[in-house]
Amino acid sequence: MGDGRWRSLFNDYSNSSFVELLRRESPHLVPGLGPTPTAESFEPVHGTTVLSVRFRDGVIMAGDRQATAGYQVASRRIEKIFKSDELSGVGIAGAAGPAMEMAKLFQTELEHYEKVEGENLSLEGKANRLSQMIRMNLPAAMQGLVVVPIFAGFDEKAGTGRLFKYDITGGRYEETNYDAQGSGSKDARDSLKKLWKRDMSRDEALRVSLEALIDAADEDVGTGGPDLVRGIFPSVKTITRSGFGDVADDEVRRVCEAILTERTRTGNGA
Amino acid sequence: MPLPYYVSPEQMMKDKAEYARKGISRGRSLVTLEFGDGILLVAENPSTLLHKISEIYDRIAFAGVGKYNEFENLRIAGIRHADVKGYSYSRGDVTAKALANAYSQALGNIFTQDIKPFEVEVLVAEVGDGNGAKSEIYHILYDGTIEDERNYAAMGGQSDEIRRFLKDHYKDTMTLGEALQLGVRALTVTQNKTLTERDLEVAVLDRNKARRKFRRIPVEALGQLLGAAQ
Repeated sequence: MGDGRWRSLFNDYSNSSFVELLRRESPHLVPGLGPTPTAESFEPVHGTTVLSVRFRDGVIMAGDRQATAGYQVASRRIEKIFKSDELSGVGIAGAAGPAMEMAKLFQTELEHYEKVEGENLSLEGKANRLSQMIRMNLPAAMQGLVVVPIFAGFDEKAGTGRLFKYDITGGRYEETNYDAQGSGSKDARDSLKKLWKRDMSRDEALRVSLEALIDAADEDVGTGGPDLVRGIFPSVKTITRSGFGDVADDEVRRVCEAILTERTRTGNGA
Repeated sequence: MPLPYYVSPEQMMKDKAEYARKGISRGRSLVTLEFGDGILLVAENPSTLLHKISEIYDRIAFAGVGKYNEFENLRIAGIRHADVKGYSYSRGDVTAKALANAYSQALGNIFTQDIKPFEVEVLVAEVGDGNGAKSEIYHILYDGTIEDERNYAAMGGQSDEIRRFLKDHYKDTMTLGEALQLGVRALTVTQNKTLTERDLEVAVLDRNKARRKFRRIPVEALGQLLGAAQ
């Protein structure tokens, strides 16, 4: 007796987890614990296509900017690629509300761990943590609010970029070279299958990613293409040894325009 | 059952305060200084793994002196407070003031209610942004006393002498190198030894960084900064 107080400290290995902290102390803030409406009773907003491509120095993540509710455009400028920490990012597809909340929770989770422990989780550890969070969302997913992210990052130990895809049960599958998620994912994947090459440079990988997104926008009504009128372009991020970086809108615009000009000229891809 | 000895409340508080002060004065000191680009925190700490200074949130840092296990507990409690608040409201709503108040309440309660008071002093610093918001430095003592300090603060073993030294030597808008050198001189003011970069733990809240302003300064960079300023 009496040593129960200190003994419990050793059993509580979830001390560095933000999600466990919320569950313990503010359960009303944990997503997915309350009753979930069924998707048939309303039209949830959906994010459409995100993809990730491995290249020589790391990974690229890219997503279109459109969100749809049924046959309506809900937003033309939503952001689907989120920085989860310095060396990883998460791209969300599916029901936009729960997906964005999950991305925010995931980002806080990683930062919380880093601050409490004084070091980063391994990439493997981060991927597993995300998988557990997707499983938390399973009741909502069964009601139609499906969230299926892509997780990608730079693995410092292995010295290479890695990417993971998920299913609604939290199943985690590592892809070696590229993957896409969301309504236009099949078309994006087909495109990547033909265009992806080993040992691509950043510029090549950027072009390949945008080709795939343009193909997805071409075939899938939910996915938004480059919007030259409003000046809205896909958002693209790179994750390498030196961190998570944005690809500037100007550069994305230039590459998009080059692709479209090329397609106009040759008829390829039309 | 025998009656416990009667001890007057005054005597009890005095004894506790003396006990806590003794514990704190045995430890090494820590200073913090505002400089041109933000806030600098310098601690004498030969360990590179057991930190006295750490990040709490975007613009907020924590520092503790005294008993490691006690201020480590407070540090983690602070991170939890900040992360939950930032998650449920927004990142901008997490403030050093609220956190310093929480520390003050916690230490005050422990001091009056527990047999053994915490032998710690903690410091919460928040760097102001470029839009004219001021930096804030709060210093919380073992009994929950809270002070907001301007420009510089010192705590730990010989903090009174160090504070006097800083009062005489502090200048506005120093560079990082100048501030660091002043901080190191302040730490050695009561002892006749020199501190090298290996004896120091240094971090800054750098106003020019994006979102998370906290940055540790590694030993190699420290050597360069100290060398350059000399």
